[in-house]
Amino acid sequence: MQDALSWGGIILRILQQFLPVWIALIATFALSLRFKRHLGLFGKLFDSPVGMIGLALVLFWVFTALFANMIITMDPIGQFGRTKNPLPGLPLTGVENPPYPYFLLGGDHLARDVFSRMVMGAREVLKIAPFATAFAFMVGVTLGLPAGYFGGKLDTALSFLANLVLAFPVILLFYLLVTPEIRDTGIPVYLAAVLFIFPVIFTCTVLNSRFHTDPPKRNLMIGVTLVIGLWAYSGLAFNLDPLGIWSMGPNLLNVFVSVVFVNAPTVFRIVRGLVLDIKARDYVAAGQTRGESAWYIMLWEILPNARGPLIVDFCLRIGYTTILLGTLGFFGLGVTPESPDWGSTINAGRKLLLLYPHAAIVPALALMSLVLGLNLLADGLREESLKD
Amino acid sequence: MLKFLIRRISVMIFTALVLTFVVFFLTNLPPNLEKLARSEGSVRMTDDAVASWIVENGHGGPLLGRYAEWLGLAPGWTLTDEKGVTRGRCIDVYAEAGSAPTFCGILQGNWGISTFAKEPVGDVLGRSLGATGWLMFWVMMVMVPASLVIGILSGMREGARTDRVLSVFSIASTATPEYVSGVILLAVFASVNAGLSPLLRDWGLLSDRTLFYGTATSAMDKITFWNFALPVMTIALYGIGYISRMTRASMTEVMTQQYIRTARLKGVRFRDVVLRHALRNALIAPFTVIMLQFPWLLNGVVITELLFNYKGFGWTLVQAAGNNDIDLLLGCSVVAVLVVLITQLISDIGYVFLNPRIRLA
Repeated sequence: MQDALSWGGIILRILQQFLPVWIALIATFALSLRFKRHLGLFGKLFDSPVGMIGLALVLFWVFTALFANMIITMDPIGQFGRTKNPLPGLPLTGVENPPYPYFLLGGDHLARDVFSRMVMGAREVLKIAPFATAFAFMVGVTLGLPAGYFGGKLDTALSFLANLVLAFPVILLFYLLVTPEIRDTGIPVYLAAVLFIFPVIFTCTVLNSRFHTDPPKRNLMIGVTLVIGLWAYSGLAFNLDPLGIWSMGPNLLNVFVSVVFVNAPTVFRIVRGLVLDIKARDYVAAGQTRGESAWYIMLWEILPNARGPLIVDFCLRIGYTTILLGTLGFFGLGVTPESPDWGSTINAGRKLLLLYPHAAIVPALALMSLVLGLNLLADGLREESLKD
Repeated sequence: MLKFLIRRISVMIFTALVLTFVVFFLTNLPPNLEKLARSEGSVRMTDDAVASWIVENGHGGPLLGRYAEWLGLAPGWTLTDEKGVTRGRCIDVYAEAGSAPTFCGILQGNWGISTFAKEPVGDVLGRSLGATGWLMFWVMMVMVPASLVIGILSGMREGARTDRVLSVFSIASTATPEYVSGVILLAVFASVNAGLSPLLRDWGLLSDRTLFYGTATSAMDKITFWNFALPVMTIALYGIGYISRMTRASMTEVMTQQYIRTARLKGVRFRDVVLRHALRNALIAPFTVIMLQFPWLLNGVVITELLFNYKGFGWTLVQAAGNNDIDLLLGCSVVAVLVVLITQLISDIGYVFLNPRIRLA
């Protein structure tokens, strides 16, 4: 019978488990600091301490998600030993060939390792949040640019739709949209069919407006985009990919679609506001006088000049999406019940919170540190992009 | 102004109609009705029995018609079965078949019957909104003064040490959603064998098992500091970060204005410049933010009431959704949508009143 680890021992062993992350972090920071004058906005981030701390926190979780297989000590879904809710540092007993001698941060009510679940949870969260945010941005940008630029009836209609979604309480929407019954009706697939086509439309318009004077080049680029885009589209939205590379489970699709749906109207409003501001500038008037097409002006004149606030908002929005995903998990509407994502783990841990807080505290602190990192990063980016 | 109000309110009513229709549509999807039939009738019903149950209980027919019935614009459904007993939407409520009114929707004040609580939805909503009202009241009492003070202190000298410290605090608190701060607060202050309580017990300062109560259920009868402080702080923390960031931004902008420099140059003390000249102008933006914060507070309320087992509006909404209680869920969404829309309207009107530079044509 081994003794339980002291807190010092636990911390040492955790630091040791995270070794690949430390190496990757130090390498990234050393390289970035060395070449920071050549890295544009990213390099300037290293002039602001707040931005550096934020970047370090975010990269920590990104690398944790990448190297999760090397960091975990036990199978995140497996149950180990007979003790329920083992406290942090307790040795794992009663198992032949234990994968690791201790529960580093304790175990949950099914004797699953909290530390490994937290590490795997990072992968679950970072698999969804950035992509959902990117999709929401594609939708918001594709609709917000013409709404702001053309104005008129189009703007009125789109703004009304956006306000409609924004007036819907998020929780209610999740409860109505993310249920097994809704999945049977196919509504998530219809929503996905609408939302997922936007990246394809966006990329095609970007290419067409730039290269329409050079048809062979344009046809090649748009053709490649269409093939890859529609291939991914068929797989992600309808699960009909003939090669089976792009696919998304029905639960995941449902969660993904709802998160994109909630985020897109806010992005739309931000983009629309930026366009209204920028379209009065001289370079836009110059483009119009040259006879450039409306979409060229929107995508190649206005959008690049709106990138500062959009990049900042993108960082903030990934954090917000992480919070939303956690909310879904907290209400038990997450991907699967045993999924190690942080929201579901907090939800599972809260039942015994007053007796064994460790099972809920660990993922809670993990989620908080990731969102804090993203917020600090956004703050640093805002500060640095305002300087010039 | 009047024209603006009329236009805003008509858009608002239209929005409310569309949103309630969406909720009506989503809660009345065939799989949801089947689930309702099986939970109200019996689990082992055949598919045919389920189909006829749906029709006999007024859930058949075109969706728009049923929505109009629910609104009170179309006559409620009635059905006389083979035994000659007449049932119907309005008859269930008013007991007698003969004297029942033809129309009974929410416009007539009839919100339907909750299948989960077995009482009229209006009663359930009234009770739970009362409970949530107290929660919101104390949240506002904590959140608004705290966030304004933090925002003004950090915004009046941008870049000073106070500003740095307070900004980090507010960024950290916006990064802490309610389910995280609630869990942390519970573990620190209300856990039997972690956090402060065991420590205080060892020192002999605490005779109870824990410092604060882990649930707020007892606050339904009597609100005390010990059972209500944690839920209030859980909701307020997230909002404090956000509102104080907005106040800070607005305060720093005001502090760079010409009239502040003029006041400083003519020798007014810094304290008086902040309190007399800057403050009033800096509070316009936070006002709208506080108003627009209500929809988000609703999220916080749902999470917190679930976490602390406080049977208010959020708790009711979760139960309604979890038990597929269509009428109750519709009632909850009407309330939620109205709260959102009315606060938006107040924020718009308040902005016009507070900011003399805006004139409506």
